[in-house]
Amino acid sequence: MNQLQNFTKGFFRENPILVLVLGTCPTLATTSSALNGMGMGLATTFVLIGSNVVISLLANVIPDKVRIPAFIVVIASFVTVVDLVMQAYVPTLYETLGIFIPLIVVNCIVLGRAEAFASKNTVLSSLVDGVGMGLGFTMALGILGSFREIVGSGAIFGYKFMKGDGILVFILAPGAFIALGYLIALINRLKKTSKS
Amino acid sequence: MEYIIIIISAIFVNNVVLAQFLGICPFLGVSNKVSTALGMAGAVTFVIVLATMVTYLVQVYVLNPLGIAFMQTITFILVIAFLVQMVEIILKKISQPLYQALGIFLPLITTNCAVLGVAILVIKKNYNLLEGVVFGGATALGFGLALIILAGIREQMDLLNIPKGMRGVPISLVIAGILALAFMGFSGIVK
Repeated sequence: MNQLQNFTKGFFRENPILVLVLGTCPTLATTSSALNGMGMGLATTFVLIGSNVVISLLANVIPDKVRIPAFIVVIASFVTVVDLVMQAYVPTLYETLGIFIPLIVVNCIVLGRAEAFASKNTVLSSLVDGVGMGLGFTMALGILGSFREIVGSGAIFGYKFMKGDGILVFILAPGAFIALGYLIALINRLKKTSKS
Repeated sequence: MEYIIIIISAIFVNNVVLAQFLGICPFLGVSNKVSTALGMAGAVTFVIVLATMVTYLVQVYVLNPLGIAFMQTITFILVIAFLVQMVEIILKKISQPLYQALGIFLPLITTNCAVLGVAILVIKKNYNLLEGVVFGGATALGFGLALIILAGIREQMDLLNIPKGMRGVPISLVIAGILALAFMGFSGIVK
């Protein structure tokens, strides 16, 4: 597999949210607007890149038996970095995302990539994989966030283009589930047509 | 009275899955059958209560006095991973039937964000130990309730003819959305 394929697989073929359905918690919780969703996506991307690179460097040093706890410590360190940096420089976004910043630690995508990819591949491939997967995750969050923001409050990236309120339920919890459900159904449908 | 408010709020008003989006992975993953959902709910309740207690003590007696509260994320996730392992080993030794019922779910729980989420929320909300444990237990019951309702609905769905693209995860998400709508009816009971 060349690096380009390695990079693009995160966007479509193995998109973490839309195809693999991993990391649904932050996806649903932080996509009440496009900006929040993408902020969460970028925070996760940073952690993914960092942990992928460090784990691929350490893969030969870490004994197989304690591999998972070791991975978790590496991931948690990067999450702590993101947590402190966001608290200092983007306090409003940090407030909105709240508990979901520390919860990047238990995002299945990050540990999943560490275990399935970074521990078995070279540093460069792991870096590319981290960037691709992270941006694919950000893209999916951006799409879902934009959709919910447009339908729910008639705005996009905070810019209001419609008078009055939107369909409020899409900003609230139920809308998150329903919107993601139909988005995944749409992707399933597209996959089928592209195959045949 | 305070405790009753915490309990009702955690189970119905701010349901951990349907309103706070924690623990969605197991919510979608093990909601095929009511019996497995019950097992998962039991295991999660057990781990959440235990983890809340231990992480609270770690925060108050280790992290705060040493002034390293920023190590919270790393410490908590390690404590939870350790606890889950220990519970698994102990269960295997002392109670085979219980291990049979809950054992297979335990490894999955470390990465259940509800466990870490509750541990962090308890610290954020400045609960004391007892309030924290009550909150943790009630949250876990809320998780179990949502999981079992979804499993019950999904069992019935086997008989339906669902469009191909909607099968599996998408239809579960839509059902969860409708459940969340229903649970919104509880908001306003507790501020």
